[in-house]
Amino acid sequence: MSSVTTTAPATGSSPAALSLLWIAGVVLLAAVPFLAPNLQLLVNFALAKGLAVVGVTVLLRAGQVSFGHALFFGISAYIGAFVMASVPGMDFFGILIAGTLGAALAGLVVGLFVVRYRGIFFGMLNLAFSMIFWSILEKFYHITGGADGIRLTRPTVLGMELGRDAFELFLYYTAIVLVVGLGWFTIRWFASPVGQLFQTIKTNETRLEYLGISPRRAMLSGYLLSAALCGVGGILMATAQGVVTPEYVWWVRSAEMVFIAVLGGAGSVRGAFLGALIYEFVRTYASAYAGDVWQMLLGAFLLVIILFAPGGIIGIFERVFARGKGTS
Amino acid sequence: MKKLIATTALCAALPMGAFAQDKPDSLKVGMTTFLTGPASVFGVPARDAMDIMVQNLNDEGGINGVPVEVSYIDEGAGAEALTSEFRRAVEQGGAEVMFASISSGNCQTLAPLAEDLEVINFMWDCGTQRIFEEADYDYVFRTQANATPEMLAAVIYLLKTQPDFETLAVVNQDYAWGRDSWDIFRTALMQFKPDVEIVGEFFPAFGAPDYSTEISRLQALQPDVVLSTSWGGDLDTFVQQASQRGLMNNSTFVLPLAESSLERLGSALPPGQIVGARGDHYFLHPERRDDEDFKSFMSQYEDQTGNITVYSVFHASQALAALEAAYTKAIEENGVEWPSQEQVLAAMDGLEFQGLGRPVTIREDNQGIEAQLMGTSAQNGDYPFATLENIMIFDGAELTAPVGEVSTDWIETLGPEFVDEIEPTTFEN
Amino acid sequence: MNLTTFLLALFDGVSYAALVFIVALGLTLIFGVMRILNVAHGSLYAIGAYATVSLVGWVLALGAAPILAFPLMIVSAILVGVLIGGPVEYLLLRRIYDKPEVLQLLVTFAVFMILEDVQRLVWGTQPYFEAQALRALGNVTVFGVTYTVYQLILLPLVALTLLVGLRFFLRRTVTGKLITATTEDREAAQSIGIDADRVFLLTFVMGAILAGLGGALASPTTSILPGMGADMIVLSFAVVATAGLGQIEGAAIAALMIGMGRSFAIYIWPEVAVLVPYLIMVLVLLVRPEGLFGSPAARKI
Repeated sequence: MSSVTTTAPATGSSPAALSLLWIAGVVLLAAVPFLAPNLQLLVNFALAKGLAVVGVTVLLRAGQVSFGHALFFGISAYIGAFVMASVPGMDFFGILIAGTLGAALAGLVVGLFVVRYRGIFFGMLNLAFSMIFWSILEKFYHITGGADGIRLTRPTVLGMELGRDAFELFLYYTAIVLVVGLGWFTIRWFASPVGQLFQTIKTNETRLEYLGISPRRAMLSGYLLSAALCGVGGILMATAQGVVTPEYVWWVRSAEMVFIAVLGGAGSVRGAFLGALIYEFVRTYASAYAGDVWQMLLGAFLLVIILFAPGGIIGIFERVFARGKGTS
Repeated sequence: MKKLIATTALCAALPMGAFAQDKPDSLKVGMTTFLTGPASVFGVPARDAMDIMVQNLNDEGGINGVPVEVSYIDEGAGAEALTSEFRRAVEQGGAEVMFASISSGNCQTLAPLAEDLEVINFMWDCGTQRIFEEADYDYVFRTQANATPEMLAAVIYLLKTQPDFETLAVVNQDYAWGRDSWDIFRTALMQFKPDVEIVGEFFPAFGAPDYSTEISRLQALQPDVVLSTSWGGDLDTFVQQASQRGLMNNSTFVLPLAESSLERLGSALPPGQIVGARGDHYFLHPERRDDEDFKSFMSQYEDQTGNITVYSVFHASQALAALEAAYTKAIEENGVEWPSQEQVLAAMDGLEFQGLGRPVTIREDNQGIEAQLMGTSAQNGDYPFATLENIMIFDGAELTAPVGEVSTDWIETLGPEFVDEIEPTTFEN
Repeated sequence: MNLTTFLLALFDGVSYAALVFIVALGLTLIFGVMRILNVAHGSLYAIGAYATVSLVGWVLALGAAPILAFPLMIVSAILVGVLIGGPVEYLLLRRIYDKPEVLQLLVTFAVFMILEDVQRLVWGTQPYFEAQALRALGNVTVFGVTYTVYQLILLPLVALTLLVGLRFFLRRTVTGKLITATTEDREAAQSIGIDADRVFLLTFVMGAILAGLGGALASPTTSILPGMGADMIVLSFAVVATAGLGQIEGAAIAALMIGMGRSFAIYIWPEVAVLVPYLIMVLVLLVRPEGLFGSPAARKI
């Protein structure tokens, strides 16, 4: 898929040529409903997941790994389902905002606790919070629908009732706009003073303290952003899927997000989307053509990437591109 | 990777599906089933059985000369993969009919999708009664019963065989099925025998590896009857641990899904426990076991898998039987070589078909009416596992909530006399 | 709650805790020495159970006495440790000790995904149950409630033996001291001639054996089926994190807390029983970020 090679970061030489490729990639994604309509839903899922993976990527920039970020993905999805169930005829943008705000709020509450921790403890605590929420979803069956989850009926769009096809098309382009917009915002945020301070946590946290800046506050801002990004991804996934289940919050889902982030290229926003696209393709086609061994294939794929291309797919591309530049 | 996508894109560009009335090369069917995950205890036998039955059908010339071709989608690969595969099967794979699915949650996701895609969908195994009670469908049918008759049969069997019990405790899996089936069971029990005392309600997590604490509590509570609608590994673990610790010496177990665990439980299931099968599904079905088709399938199945059948095999046979019956009926009624989708849909109305059990009919709300079989476990040495005795087969029509009524509301209109009004066919074994 | 039910809940809690502790022990040992949180530990647990069921089923079918199941459990655990744990460390983990924590963890996650499918390919999807070993030991009745000797007495005894044995091994034997030394300071240990690679291999194999042993011991009490490892790994994570990573005695206390918490919850408020392990973990970590017995600076095992 050629969009794979075009969503590269504008690092290295010739940023203009690279951003041109990056734009071409987005255009190609936008053309998917016409070129390959059967891939539309798949790409839509991948973009929704990709947004959540960007959330995980943000934390990776501070050297922190969360094994529970599916929590925010799930909270937002469940808020969407609850709002749709209690307010019939709710608008898509209504639940988008409600879900994202809910995820951000949850991010604030959880964040206040977890920003004090680093490394494995940070990861474990996040895992514990997500597992508590998962248990609640499974347990309080009469409210949450238990393991079967709740159906999320199709919302209206700016007051219009859309059929499935029209709605999916709308959702697809909304996802692309959100991916481009939020991706750009996150990259800008990394470059902003707050973002810079946030990333210092990875390299030298003590220095922050000497500068008189609270690392916790910097951490909290990044944590909020990551939770909100997961929230947007969750609500997109839930509306595309039409149903939310506790599986959204299960630890394997959180691990999958970290998996994709590393696959795409740890710390790279574009890599996150690239990773999500590739992951979704491999997963879908592996489960279709190699039913019994799709997990094994994905696991082997991940091993190969970690052992032989630790920079992730975006790293491979950068190398290839840099070499190409050198020879041409 | 690239090649895969290129191929898929190419397939998408090709014209697909047969034009109505033209005999296609094959009748393509997509079936969702659990090939992975805990519910593969149902999904894998159903797939194996479907392969055998489709082979048999095609050997006899298929449907009006058209062979049936079934492709499988794994329900265990997660909801996203399932919905995209379902669509792919319909939009690119050219599937005319879908069989989906085992999980009630998946049925609830896929039924509206099938309706949107305008593809005929048989809900071939899921139990939830809610789907047709909450919405009307044109393309979605259920080729077996729902949870209501399944649970009512269990309550009535219990009351007919042990009318004098006083206390009951429940240990169900903590998910929709465990909760819903208990709702129905409890509602019915309270109508039929209001003086029963419910002494304990436990909902251990789905897939819980250990029930020791629940069993200790049950031993202290000493209920006359212990109900569990659990299935698969969970049921095996619960029954094994309960039998290891002698809980069944004092309490009768009511296990509406235990037919699917009989072989695995072996000698661990003591005699005298009540066993159900989500329909009239039993490898020694008293009305069917001497029939040639039944016998030959059972031996084929045993040869290929080394196991006896479980109820999901029967459900698969019913879905395939419904497919064959609907197409045959549509062909006959319209005098065509091959029916259009509208003709098949018209044929579904009141369709009667017979899989491995008693005949099933499709009601006007698209719900199947299926008989229910209940029995009591016996270890008589014929097999290395428990078989059933004192079998009752209930007519499905009396136990299913009437069209347009919500099951629990309907059950609340019933009284204790309902138990006596129901007259099942009984068999010694 | 009267004294009888209190004691009953206590018994249930102890026997559950014993099994969780045995699995968590291997996880915490590996983390303590190698600083790797091994997600594949759950798969090793599951494979240990599967291997036991197959081996016991096969040997007993030949007409052997059921009591033979016990040595076979140990054999299966060692097979799992050596045949799977060994190659995983030697071929994969060895290459990534210098990589960031995330990558190390993801490698074990990838191994977990692969092993989940391997189990399914080898043993299929149908549940197994093989309880000969448990039946061989019979039952014991306390306050009118019947327990199996296996769960009430044997499992806690094994857990206790392992705890004491591992302590003794690490503090009193030469190999154990080498492991402890490598844990304290890898470079210093190497400079005095300790082969750190061998120590790591040995530790990982031991940890894997403990995981396999946990599965082997669990096998007579539960259905062996796909996915059992994924559930166990989160639970043992909770134990290990609550205790403080690398804390062996701590893991015993944490397993007891979680086991008791769960069984008392089933008596008092069954609806929250599944929440208990995670609630305990969060509460402990919020008060003591390093876990109950962890110390932020020094590594200890």
